[in-house]
Amino acid sequence: MPMTITEKILAAHTGRDSVHPGEIIMADVDLALGNDITAPIAINILRENGIEKVFDRNKIVLVPDHFTPNKDIASAEQCRQMREFAHDYDITHYFELGEMGIEHALLPEKGLVLPGDLVIGADSHTCTYGALGAFSMGVGSTDLAGAMISGKVWFKVPTAMKFVFTGELKPWVGGKDLILFTIGKIGVDGALYRSMEFTGDTIINLGMADRLAMCNMAIEAGAKNGIITPDTITEEYARQRASREYRFYDSDPEAGYDEIHEFDASAIELQVAFPHLPENTRPVGESGNVPIDQVVIGSCTNGRLEDLQQAAEVLKGRKISSGLRLIVIPATPLIYRQAMDEGLFDIFLDAGAVISTPTCGPCLGGHMGVLADGERAVATTNRNFVGAHGPSRERGLSVGPRRGRSERGDWSHFLA
Amino acid sequence: MDTDAIIPARYLNTSDPDVLASHCFEDADPDFASRVSAGDIVVGGKNFGCGSSREHAPIAIKAAGVSCVIASSFARIFYRNSFNMGLPIFESTDASRSIVTGDELEVKPSEGLIHNLTQGEKYTFEPFPPFMVDLIQEGGLIPYLLKEEA
Repeated sequence: MPMTITEKILAAHTGRDSVHPGEIIMADVDLALGNDITAPIAINILRENGIEKVFDRNKIVLVPDHFTPNKDIASAEQCRQMREFAHDYDITHYFELGEMGIEHALLPEKGLVLPGDLVIGADSHTCTYGALGAFSMGVGSTDLAGAMISGKVWFKVPTAMKFVFTGELKPWVGGKDLILFTIGKIGVDGALYRSMEFTGDTIINLGMADRLAMCNMAIEAGAKNGIITPDTITEEYARQRASREYRFYDSDPEAGYDEIHEFDASAIELQVAFPHLPENTRPVGESGNVPIDQVVIGSCTNGRLEDLQQAAEVLKGRKISSGLRLIVIPATPLIYRQAMDEGLFDIFLDAGAVISTPTCGPCLGGHMGVLADGERAVATTNRNFVGAHGPSRERGLSVGPRRGRSERGDWSHFLA
Repeated sequence: MDTDAIIPARYLNTSDPDVLASHCFEDADPDFASRVSAGDIVVGGKNFGCGSSREHAPIAIKAAGVSCVIASSFARIFYRNSFNMGLPIFESTDASRSIVTGDELEVKPSEGLIHNLTQGEKYTFEPFPPFMVDLIQEGGLIPYLLKEEA
């Protein structure tokens, strides 16, 4: 029976030849991920139930990236809880400050997630790894605890939606624009419970950083996962990083989709998501001039080297407007070093930016750039709900004007 | 109703249910925590619980004394979190549309029925699949898994 790439990966991890949309399965996980906000609840569950061993110490990843470097005493306690757990349970992949990066940038970079894997993470943006041809989805802390105990997670097999992008992208337009455009078309619950499969010649020509940004935001359309068929770009990316075998899956030509959307990607402009939903997108040219207080360039969506290179290209030789705050957050220590070695830090500093250590920080209104009530931000992050930034926000990274979503207001061009 | 509105990220430096409950819906309805009483039912619209995966959201709602949540639809991580940790939730567009604050409700999960005693209306919802019923009967995911392993 014809299957989608998602169905094939789920079947392979259930020890079956096929699975069908709608059925509930128990599947084996290749990797289970937690962070300093979500892991403590899972850790408490294990400790309270007297469970002294995890199913496989090599298949659990713990990344204290949200409120680190520790923002206050309570956060420090949560991080200590993770650290002690990692030690007591002999967890292989625990990343202490210095090695720690934003989880969904860090795991692909380290080769911990590979094509064909089934990954769950107690973080909604775990869907990022679909860019590698893996099935990955965000879950909660109890799911993480369940996976740490049993190595299994339950799923309802999703139906699938196919998104076909054709044509050459305009200058500066990238994966973030494609996904924002898509969410603008189908809405924040347009893919609820479903799988989003991104295909077409535009996607085939898209680099890995753009693919990761696209799949990262599948959750903002309500999807269970976003996925891209692995190809030569995937192979090149995975080969350099993998220390175990991986497998490419693809959808059968006759596989069933309950919706197919075809977009002329050559007509898609730079996108901005306005408050307070990721679906409130519009082309940057229709954004008007809205005063802003802060710009954040970073996050699991757009804190990769390619994103920083784009930002630097825009900022080179220029200064930000007086009164504006610009925060640049390289997503991992490696990206940090690369950006520094390439001279990007000089460009950012000359422009008037501050450069932060890797952290989710301001993306969730946590620390390192929380907004005051009524302030507006443009950010390259993924969500612009009320209060998400302290108050809210979203993307950036392009030419002259940048896009972004904001907290309690709107956004605007941020260059002088 | 996204998870930032249910429990703002600034309170995620704790997982203490009582602390989370005291800030439940704080940015959406600042008086909620002081008004809510045991057994109350929260009624939402579509895509309830969208956004972050934080299980602190259903934990906060449950610890506030809320007996169940009814919405037109739920975001998927919130949906599975609720079943996993034992907060009853029910999907009914009719109920979501018709119920107003103050209505007295009776929910009969096994019959797939919500009775609005104030308005004299009845709303239906799809019965849960057998697996979900098992999860509920075992008291959530962890007891279910531990029983399976045993």
